[in-house]
Amino acid sequence: MAHVSDLIATDIEQYLKAHEQKSLLRFITCGSVDDGKSTLIGRLLYESKMLFEDQLTAIEADSKKWGTQGDEIDFALLVDGLAAEREQGITIDVAYRFFSTDRRKFIVADTPGHEQYTRNMVTGASTADAAILMVDARKGILTQTRRHSYLMSLLGIRHIVVAINKMDLVGYSEKTFRTIVEEYSEFANQIGLTKVTFIPMSAFKGDNIITLSDKMPWYHGTTLMGYLETVEVDDTRLQRNPFRMPVQWVNRPNLDFRGFSGAIASGVIKPGDRIRVQPSGKESHVDRIVVHGGDLPQAVAGQSVTLTLTDEIDISRGDVISTVEAPAEIADQFETTLVWMHDEPLLPGRSYLLKVGTKTVTATITDIKYQVNVNTLEHTAAKKLELNAIGVCNISLDRAIAFDAYQHNKDTGGFIIIDRMSNNTVGAGLLHFALRRSQNIHMQHVDVDKSARAVTKGQKPCVLWFTGLSGAGKSTIANLVEKKLHAQGRHTYLLDGDNVRHGLNKDLGFTDTDRVENIRRIAEVSKLMVDAGLIVLTAFISPFRSERRMARELMEDGEFIEVFVDTPLSVAEERDPKGLYKKARRGELKNFTGIDSAYEQPENPEIRLDTTGLSIEAAADEVIEALKRQGILLAD
Amino acid sequence: MTLTHLQRLEAESIHIMREVVAEADNPVMLYSVGKDSAVMLHLAMKAFYPSVPPFPLLHVDTRWKFREMYSFRDQMAEKLGMDLLVHVNPEGIEKNINPFTHGSAIHTDVMKTEGLKQALDKYGFDAAFGGARRDEEKSRAKERIFSFRTAQHRWDPKNQRPELWKLYNARKHKGESIRVFPLSNWTELDIWQYIHLENIPIVPLYYAAERPVVERDGALIMVDDERMPLKEGEVPTMKKVRFRTLGCYPLTGAVESDADTLPAIIQEMLLTKTSERQGRVIDHDSAASMEKKKQEGYF
Repeated sequence: MAHVSDLIATDIEQYLKAHEQKSLLRFITCGSVDDGKSTLIGRLLYESKMLFEDQLTAIEADSKKWGTQGDEIDFALLVDGLAAEREQGITIDVAYRFFSTDRRKFIVADTPGHEQYTRNMVTGASTADAAILMVDARKGILTQTRRHSYLMSLLGIRHIVVAINKMDLVGYSEKTFRTIVEEYSEFANQIGLTKVTFIPMSAFKGDNIITLSDKMPWYHGTTLMGYLETVEVDDTRLQRNPFRMPVQWVNRPNLDFRGFSGAIASGVIKPGDRIRVQPSGKESHVDRIVVHGGDLPQAVAGQSVTLTLTDEIDISRGDVISTVEAPAEIADQFETTLVWMHDEPLLPGRSYLLKVGTKTVTATITDIKYQVNVNTLEHTAAKKLELNAIGVCNISLDRAIAFDAYQHNKDTGGFIIIDRMSNNTVGAGLLHFALRRSQNIHMQHVDVDKSARAVTKGQKPCVLWFTGLSGAGKSTIANLVEKKLHAQGRHTYLLDGDNVRHGLNKDLGFTDTDRVENIRRIAEVSKLMVDAGLIVLTAFISPFRSERRMARELMEDGEFIEVFVDTPLSVAEERDPKGLYKKARRGELKNFTGIDSAYEQPENPEIRLDTTGLSIEAAADEVIEALKRQGILLAD
Repeated sequence: MTLTHLQRLEAESIHIMREVVAEADNPVMLYSVGKDSAVMLHLAMKAFYPSVPPFPLLHVDTRWKFREMYSFRDQMAEKLGMDLLVHVNPEGIEKNINPFTHGSAIHTDVMKTEGLKQALDKYGFDAAFGGARRDEEKSRAKERIFSFRTAQHRWDPKNQRPELWKLYNARKHKGESIRVFPLSNWTELDIWQYIHLENIPIVPLYYAAERPVVERDGALIMVDDERMPLKEGEVPTMKKVRFRTLGCYPLTGAVESDADTLPAIIQEMLLTKTSERQGRVIDHDSAASMEKKKQEGYF
């Protein structure tokens, strides 16, 4: 095997020359706890001599102590560092192992088979060129096998080996092998897996791993290692696709050099090639492909390079450089598949960050069309996505981006979702296609604009966003503020539960999902009214920071004035003007803010009203004063 | 055209470094003067060429490195035109912390772990490149490429972010920082092959030469300067030795070897039968040592 090559001892220079030219394959192993996955990985490490004597001695000692294989080496112990870590409470998603043979270097993504499986497997599969799916010959195709297969097909892994393991325990029976192949092939067809290779093996005994086993003379296919050493690497395939390079960094060492650095996602590029910068649409030609040590005559998918262009055009991080012959698509609304990866569920309507390629934009999930049950592949309706759930969703972005369908290009079609508050990566997704409406709806340019409308009213339009607990006094204060403004001849409008919940939002309830959507609609309506030149007052509990922030970001700077009506829960509950707290305490009212649903206090409100020490009159005056200070009320 | 494994590893490391520079406010590269640092630095030169890497190098010094490491470090920084910051924990200097009187655990904790935190705070770095590899030991195998630290520099293993495709999420709150490991997917053999292929300069200590050593607890320790107290009966003898890893000289065991060229080193490594970290005293201190050190803020 690998490093036992005689060349090492006899001609190290020759050995190095050969080994520096090896290719790299990344693969993932999937299987449930007892399928022999760890044994297989341990065996591959052992056979490629990636184990040193001290490690081997330790393993031999452990095998005698803990092993399940009698006197033989228990390879599983090599990779089972994970169990102990779980006890320590450490999150394990994917462990990476390395080995190499004379032909290739391998990176194995090893994922624990049980808890968190979807999140982990999707993470491991995202960078894999191939997948090994372990099946216990005694058990055949299980629910888990189907689940793993679905995830592999979802992530677009093109090369799948079904390793039918533990053949030694079924007497190396060809019939058993054939039955499993038949059953699996039928299933693979259903989910669109086409290139599947079946190998009967015993990871424990070493049958058909490195050499063909004499125990299974009826099998004429390749060994597992033979397969891994020859299967096509994804980067090589991607060279045949149209050129794409998301710009990572603008390289400007001095005024005479302006280069665009990035990793080539697909295709081939040469100096002189005509390119288009997306989404701006500007075109130019490649001048040089600059790398340390001299310019390149061409560069291919998988390489990190710096391009210079023949024209001076404006390009920044997040843009995509594409071939003019087959440029990427551009859109701001998509159908996607989302995999949720966080304890806090996905809520439609909430605003998240989305990172695709090198671009980060604001995104809202507008609709969960259905959730996919990973075990049965059934579609079910869903209002939110919990940890490890997979759903087909529509997504809307705050601006248009260049993209390709994920099935054509993982780097321009795969994305992550980031929570704006915690900054955590909470989900991952695949762009499928642009929604038609996003391609055809263009903003209508109008001549009478917001400032023109506002000037005729002697005011700057804005939103006074009152937030606070139920019973805090939001509506009462907002009402009085509006009265006072009206008396001054200002043009105002008050949005509150009465005129919104009964009409525009009468289809919404009080779950987290519905609350998010409620606020989104109110924010959008407010935006229209601000556009009309009004001073808008909104009086809603609006308990979540994310949604208030979303509303803020819809407006221009200075237009959003957050008014925190700060009343402690005990005081609000004491007042209980509508008797709602009592109802909630009795359990008759679910999801009541402050009782069984959270209220997230504003961190930096423009105005904070402490109602325990202020009369309603004084509170309203304080708001009016603040408006004067901020120049909202022009000709007073 | 199929890219070689080294080309792909190189491209990945460069991509990671550029992402950090594009998204972090004030990055720094930890430079430990060893072979992994040498490769990381070389990759940085490539990633930003023709610009000089837009961040300084930081050496968290313990005052107990080999003398050849100090001279090599200064030469490299000057040759490449990069800023080199050196930080030594002043408390360590004051209390004269050293591996002989205080033992390797305290020495490492005070001089390396605490020293590193001090330096990151002092300069306000929000992202630090480190040369750790996943193949070094079991607990590294699952380490992310972007590893998040709280404002107190603690590693919260329950709160690490999934990494998919080439997408790294570098967003963080004020005060939080990221340790970034661009060499995560390299193995020791890859590092050596790359050094060979790219002709990367490394500290001469990696090559076999006659050096004064004493044998202590089964390890060959080089008597690098007069600060090393000799035990009764210990007489330094000249032996042809080399180092497989480099750290503080009293904590780094040498191996007897004739390998005085790069191919010979690689040959020896391939034929050898013990893993790399055996030469490091730090790992023997306690079994779960690396995991614990990491949570406390060690690289």
